[in-house]
Formats: sequence, C-alpha cells, structure tokens
Amino acid sequence: MSAPVEQAPVVQAQGVGFRVGEHALLDDVSLELHGGSVVALVGPNGAGKSTMLGLVSGDRTPTSGRLLVAGRAPAAWKAADLARQRSVMVQQHDVRFAFSVREIVAMGRIPHPASDRDESVVDAALADADLDALAGRDATTLSGGELARTVFARVLAQETPLVLLDEPTAALDLRHQEAVMRTSRRLADAGACVVVVLHDLTLAARYADRVAVFHGGRLVADGDPRAVITEERVAEVYGQKVCVLDHPVSGLPLVVPV
Amino acid sequence: MRTGSVRRAPLLAGVTVGGVLLLAAVVLSIGIGPIGLAPREVVAVVAHELFGAGDGGERLATTVVMDLRMPRVLFGALAGAALAASGAALQSLFNNPLADPGVIGVSGGASAGAVLAIVALPAAGASAWAVPAAAFAGGLLATGLIYALARPGRGTGTSRLLLVGIAVGAACASITGFCTFMADDDQLRDIVFWQMGSLASVDWTELAIGAVVVVAGVAVLVGMHRRLDMLTLGERQARHLGLDVTRARAVLVVVTALLTAVTVAFAGIIGFVGLVVPHIVRMAFGPAHRALIPMSALVGGLLIVLADTAARTVAPPSEVPIGLFTSALGAPFFLWLVLRERPGAGA
Repeated sequence: MSAPVEQAPVVQAQGVGFRVGEHALLDDVSLELHGGSVVALVGPNGAGKSTMLGLVSGDRTPTSGRLLVAGRAPAAWKAADLARQRSVMVQQHDVRFAFSVREIVAMGRIPHPASDRDESVVDAALADADLDALAGRDATTLSGGELARTVFARVLAQETPLVLLDEPTAALDLRHQEAVMRTSRRLADAGACVVVVLHDLTLAARYADRVAVFHGGRLVADGDPRAVITEERVAEVYGQKVCVLDHPVSGLPLVVPV
Repeated sequence: MRTGSVRRAPLLAGVTVGGVLLLAAVVLSIGIGPIGLAPREVVAVVAHELFGAGDGGERLATTVVMDLRMPRVLFGALAGAALAASGAALQSLFNNPLADPGVIGVSGGASAGAVLAIVALPAAGASAWAVPAAAFAGGLLATGLIYALARPGRGTGTSRLLLVGIAVGAACASITGFCTFMADDDQLRDIVFWQMGSLASVDWTELAIGAVVVVAGVAVLVGMHRRLDMLTLGERQARHLGLDVTRARAVLVVVTALLTAVTVAFAGIIGFVGLVVPHIVRMAFGPAHRALIPMSALVGGLLIVLADTAARTVAPPSEVPIGLFTSALGAPFFLWLVLRERPGAGA
C-alpha cells in the first residue's frame, strides 16, 4: 500500500459493532483507512457494508467499540465541521422539489465559507460527472442514473478528505460506471480517502487499492485486491462459484460466475 | 418544461411587483365596502392619521378606514404571509409538498382551545380576548405536546413527528367534537363561525401583536433559507451537508407554530393558503428558499387581502367567512395543479 505511514489514519475503527435489539448488524470490526487510497467494501446483501458506511458517515452511532473520523467520533463533531471532513453519497436519493441540477450540485458548497472558487468548483464537479448538458435541467425530471451522477457531483463539490460512496455505480451505464470510478481514483491520488461500497468485484479489483470483504456483519478479509478476491473466498462468502481470471490487458482479477 | 433549462423569475423584480400589488390591494380593499371610498380618500386619511400629513378626510371616512377596515385588511396581509411562509418552511422540513401548517397540530389545538372557551366560559362575549387567548394557547400546547412526544433526537426521524401529529390532531378533533355536541344554539353558531375563519373582529392591538410575530417569524425563516434548501434533500443528506437537523427542526417548529397560532387565534382557521401559495411561487421562482419564503409571504398576503375583500362584498351586508373562500378557490386550483403534474414527478 502506498499510504504514507506517518500520516494519521482518516478512519480508525477498533472492535466496532452495531446491534439493533438482538440482531448484530456489525460485529467487532477493526480497520484503519488512510488518505491517498480507494477502499472497496464488498460482500453479499446484508453483510454490513452499508452499516459500516453509515457508522463512518455519522448516520448511526456504534453500539460497541471505538470509531474515529479524522481523530474524533462522528457524533462528537459539530455537524458543520464534519461536513468539511467527509462527504456521503447515499443509495436512495430522490428530489421532490424542482431544483436545477446545478443548484443541487452547488449545495455541496454550503459547508464551506462562500468564496470566489465556488463557481469553478461546481463547474468542475458538473464536468467530472458528465452533467454539462444537464446543468439547467429540473432535477425531478432526471433518470435514476442522471440523478445518481448529480448526487456524485454534489459530493465532489463538497471537497472533503474523506469521501463515502454507497453503491455509486448501481444505476449507471457502463461508461459512467467507469467514469465515476476513475474520478474516485483521481481523488485518492490527490490525497483523499475514498470508501466505496461495490457489488461488482471486477470493478473493485480494478480501481481499489484495498478491498474489505464483509460477511454476516464481520470483516472477513481485508487487503490487496489480488490477495482478497479469490475463487475460494467468493464461493464461501457469496455462495456462488466463480472463476477469477487474469484480465488479458491489465492482468487484474476478472470475476466471472461459473 | 420537460427538457431544457429551468427558468426562474428574478427575485428583485418579484419582490417589487409583489410589494406594489400588495400595497395596491390593501388600499383598494380598505376603500371597498358598504361605504365606498376612492383610493385617493383612503390614502388621504392614512397619511393624515398615521403621518400627520395633509388634511385627512371626513370624519366618517376616517372612522371607516381607521377603526373598521384598516386593522382587518392589514391583519389579513400578515395572516396570509404567516400561513404561506410557514407552509413553505414545513414542506421543506417534512420533505413533503403536501405539508401545511396543519401538520404540526396548531390548527387542531387552536380549534380545541377556542371551542372549549366558547362552550365552557358562560358568556364568551364577556371577554373578547378569551377565545383568541384560548386558541393561541391551545395551538401552542398541541404543538408542544406533539414535539415532546415525538422528541425528535438523533436517529429518530421527522416521520415520527408526522405520525404523532396525526394522533394528537385526532385527540384535538375529538375535544372539538365533544364541545360542539355539548354546545347550545348560540354557542354552536360561534363555533361554526370561528372554524370558518373571519378577520372581522381584528382591532389595532391584535394587529400590533400580529405584526411583531409575523415580521420577526418570516425574517427568521428567510434567514434560514439555505438550511431549508438542504432539508428538501431529506434529513440524512441535510446532515451530510453539515446541517444540525435536530436544532433546525426545533427552530422551524417553534417559528411556524407561533406564526400559525397568532393567525388562527385572531382570524380562525383559514385553509389552503399555506398549502397552495408555496406551490404557485415555486412555479415562477423555483424551490430555493431565498426567493420562496419572501415571495410566499407576499403572495399569501395578497391572496388573503383579495379573498377578504371578496368575502365582504359578495353578499352584503353579511360576510361570507374567509376560510370558505380560500378553500373554495384553493381546492380546485390545487386539484388542477396536481392533475397537470407529470406522473412520477414531485410537485
């Protein structure tokens, strides 16, 4: 891993758990995430990936263990200060009022004091999400994929050192899936810590420095994509037999169901 | 506008045109009635009485303007502003285009309070203040109860506030219903009339109270415009953008409850303004609250002034309750709004 060792971790989790009544949604998860990396959280439905993301984002508070974001528990941050530390793209986003795409993306600037940069940051975010042509559109008329890109652009405009993306590619076509992941890669190369929940293991292997596999609320594997994404582990965790091939061009793992 | 860019009317032009129209409507409305006065006469009286300028008007004109019509017309403008601005803010808080000031229980609580006062106090007419005071107290009490029961803290959503509101609203309705059942004929008349809303009894003291509350309340909402914008994305995303949702919600509930309570206390229940006006304004000025709140206040004020004028003039000498007017006009208009909406898109 290329993360500088001397830099404090952006996210620190020690024995983190989250229970709802009897049910443990997440159990004893420990990991440290650093700036400069893309970390993919993968696992079957209900494995605890989104719960983990929800804890890091501050939507929920861990029922056990210790979780720090930029050195402090999310609940201990003032909401406005936390919004300058982490941005979140949630899975469900619906727009009920007829804001334009640009107006929604510009809301990403609210956590920051108004500045001359705001316009250009919003323009750049729109361009990165391929929304130039849609900037003036009424957001209530967008397709699911267009809306997802709008929310992604808003996250970009927020310019935070920690970026949390919950299945950002779910509604996107092939080209835009790649574009979102390329942009995430670029943010990480510029120093951000990008945590992304993904279902597509091939996509995870191609863009992530590190893959964390969740299963039944536990973190069962965590490390380099090649080491983590193996035929045995995928079969065990997902209950689905797969072949892991080498990509003919890049040599990266290619996960194909049998 | 299925494709292409959204178009927005400029706010400055909107405020200017809206302000001029409202002022014109106020002057015309003061002049209209059994004793008709030209706008020139109205202006002369007002200039003389309030600013000491000019010679004023005849004594009759002065009495009609200053004692009879001006307090009610100005209070109408304030009530419309309060209801429409509250509606816009609550639609954002509840992330629901169908929310109106009724959802936080003020109207239901105020009804219960007013009806209790009418029935329980032997001669409600003995104190002109008893019914408004009971309505005001009932409205705030119901909102306070809803808020305390829902106790929206971290993790508990606004949907709980909505559900508790429905339950408390039903309890208030049963109090209102029980009192109505117990009432004698005279009390029944008072109850029915109060529930349909009327500006007829507003005097200068009530106008002054209303002016302070409404101007301050609307100013607070305008100041919260960015927070209101964030809330339209839903609580979770608003929090991700740095909004202290718990605190913003508390402030919004208190401010909208006060705005609505002062209106309901002195003018009864005036329906549909809080629901419909923000929708009309959004169509021209967009959903951003920097424009939506002040324009809703202006259009709401204008609407009530016009409705009150109509209520006084359609069947003289009797007055049609204004609440009937706003609902009669508001309901079909709202229906038209909903039906012309693209399927699947929000209002």
